[in-house]
Amino acid sequence: MKAWRIFFTGVGGQGTLLATRVLGEAALLMNIPVVVSEVHGMAQRGGVVESAVVMGAAQSPVISDGEADILMSFEPLETLRALRKCSSSSLVISNNSPISPFAVASGREQYPDVGEMMRTVSNNVNRLIALDARSLAREAGSELSVNMVMIGALMRHAEMPFGREVVETVLNTKTKKAFLKMNLKAFDLGFQAE
Amino acid sequence: MHELLTAQPGSRQLLLGNEAIVRGALEAGISFATTYPGTPSSEIGDNFYRISQETDLYFEYSVNEKVALETAAAAAISELRTMCSMKHVGLNVAADALMTLAYVGVKGGLVVVSADDPSMHSSQNEQDNRYYAQLAGLPMLEPANSQEALEMTRAAFELSEAYKIPVLLRTTTRINHSRTPVEVGLLQPPRRSGAFKKDPFNLVTVPMVGRRLRVELLEKINKLGSEASASPFNRVEGKGGWGVVTSGVSYNYVADAVRELDMTDRVRVLKMGMTYPFADEICLDFLKGVERVLVVEELEPFLEDKLKILAQENGLSLEIRGKGEELLPRYYEFDPVQVKSAMARFFQLKYQPGQVEMESALPQRPPNLCAGCPHRASYYAVNKALGDAAAIYPTDIGCYTLGILPPLEAADFLLCMGSSVSSAGGFAKAQEEPVVAFIGDSTFFHSGITGLINAVHNDHNFILVILDNGTTAMTGQQPHPGIELTPEGRQTPKVDIEAVVRGCGVDRVETVNPLQVDKTVAVLKEMLEDKQRPGVKVLISKSPCPLFERRVTGKKQKVVFRVTNECDMCRRCLDELGCPAFTYCEDEEECAFISIDEHLCSGCSVCKQICHAIKPKKKTA
Repeated sequence: MKAWRIFFTGVGGQGTLLATRVLGEAALLMNIPVVVSEVHGMAQRGGVVESAVVMGAAQSPVISDGEADILMSFEPLETLRALRKCSSSSLVISNNSPISPFAVASGREQYPDVGEMMRTVSNNVNRLIALDARSLAREAGSELSVNMVMIGALMRHAEMPFGREVVETVLNTKTKKAFLKMNLKAFDLGFQAE
Repeated sequence: MHELLTAQPGSRQLLLGNEAIVRGALEAGISFATTYPGTPSSEIGDNFYRISQETDLYFEYSVNEKVALETAAAAAISELRTMCSMKHVGLNVAADALMTLAYVGVKGGLVVVSADDPSMHSSQNEQDNRYYAQLAGLPMLEPANSQEALEMTRAAFELSEAYKIPVLLRTTTRINHSRTPVEVGLLQPPRRSGAFKKDPFNLVTVPMVGRRLRVELLEKINKLGSEASASPFNRVEGKGGWGVVTSGVSYNYVADAVRELDMTDRVRVLKMGMTYPFADEICLDFLKGVERVLVVEELEPFLEDKLKILAQENGLSLEIRGKGEELLPRYYEFDPVQVKSAMARFFQLKYQPGQVEMESALPQRPPNLCAGCPHRASYYAVNKALGDAAAIYPTDIGCYTLGILPPLEAADFLLCMGSSVSSAGGFAKAQEEPVVAFIGDSTFFHSGITGLINAVHNDHNFILVILDNGTTAMTGQQPHPGIELTPEGRQTPKVDIEAVVRGCGVDRVETVNPLQVDKTVAVLKEMLEDKQRPGVKVLISKSPCPLFERRVTGKKQKVVFRVTNECDMCRRCLDELGCPAFTYCEDEEECAFISIDEHLCSGCSVCKQICHAIKPKKKTA
């Protein structure tokens, strides 16, 4: 069995931890060795939140620079910041809807051009899938489901050791019932997105 | 029911290291648990808290780690299986108790969890707490994943009880906060009540008792050395003439490197799980069977030094390396490529890590105080009250340490929990500028009170601002002795902060709501200008953490604020307040304007009070 190293990045509050947890549970369900590593505590106060899912023939909870097979980025500036995790063979799935860091929101710094950032990413990796996950999440019912849109896109574009139905089973059994319908819709919209 | 109680024996669960520790303790029949929250250990206590509401387990959030350990010690000497968990720097606070508890020992198993934080994800330093095991003379276990965290916790209780000594379970952030599959075992019910037998000549550490216990402790450690050599947690994997010794999370990096560098037939790995007392026998055997050894461990050369001593004592001259510029550093946590590179270099294998694209000049995204955070309002008021006057701001540990960032810049000195108050006194005596210190409510209870009494006693002249947001916010909204808001409603605090401050002998105390800006600024000015009454003055700046309040009360927000066209772009909101709900934008004609994100705005109204152009509006769902 090969190794899947999936690096997640986003901004505090975007739900990256639930996304990594869902993939971890899916791997567990399929008896695939898995490590999910999370960040808790001070780092979550609106800062960058990084986490990782490592499956198959690897057991390190951390992904080194240059070693991510897949980068799942919930925010375009963070995609570029996490490019160091990628190599020329990486697949990058990026939300292209920005969240301004405070230095930008207060007018002291400029937010880099999203198109240019995506081109830089695209030039350095094997494949970039950029999607407006925020709009799709709104369509599903709430911006809070960006994480499910992103997982949907992952299951569509990456060669994963399990199919989308396994992820849907996990969503059915492990996520809050009140959000299930929205989560499944968001997952499907991410899966269908071109 | 709590998931850790319902998980069926034999089933596989994806557990955080912290959850696995809790399940392991439940499987060992734990009856008593104490903690003071601190990342990366907090989820241990939080899970015990929820479980204690459904079972006979006794759990408490103690006011600090020393109190937690002393409380736990009494339970353990009363024959109850007990756990006391904390972050690495918490063990410094508990160290006084720990050192002598090692002499006195326990009757029911006592497991002390030290959660270290290499790379300082959420800490002020990255000390290697394995030395505490050696300093105190306590057996220590170090898990490498969640399965081991569960198994070692269970084993730690057995070991503790067999040798009547506390056991240190030492983890690191990547163990506490990683999820790996765990096969869970059978739960054992807690014992409802313990029993204490008087035995003062073993339990009261006057010098003549201490002298005898010291020798007995050394004898225990000796016996535990053989236990370590026989421990299934210390095992050798693979075959070949090269040797690697490793423990904790580093084992995973080594295992990946062995596979990826194709070394399986050439290297023997000694994976150590019981790392104190040192497993001399198994280590000596290992050293005799290999030509050279690389020690892969994060932070200090704890195992490396012991292996070198062992080799010297036994006349072995093989090369033993670990820390060093060309191999592995003594700082920060490891990553897989770092370990792979060090192993390739040491064993002279070809390995070239991939080229990595580095983007440098990107806008940074540091964590920030939330929109509506009352701490921002407090800092704003202090900055306003002081105006252009210079002042020193000793600060403390909590969300409010984020006040270090612009535009608030209200943090000048920080060592550890409680250092704000005591260092403020030192600054006040050592130099001339006014001193305004900040401490949170939970931190005040943890270790601010002693410093305050000292300040009164020694006539230190400064203002202490107690930032009372009604919870231990940063670590996940745990309760403390002064809480008022609970899921059951508003209660009278068991310990009232203002009464404590007065009880410490402070005459000038005032409580304000920092969300009332003018009032807060006025009180602060009065305190700053009051030269008649030297000594410490205390301002209790009291307003609940909005995230906590919303979670506990379910209170719905009614208003948000907006910037009207009266805005003259003075930028004071951005340059003095720095609320993350504000955005500076430019329209298509490059005309600048400021707006408030309605989704982020918490309706605190502080901005409205500093700017006439900001007006309330009804929040739409």
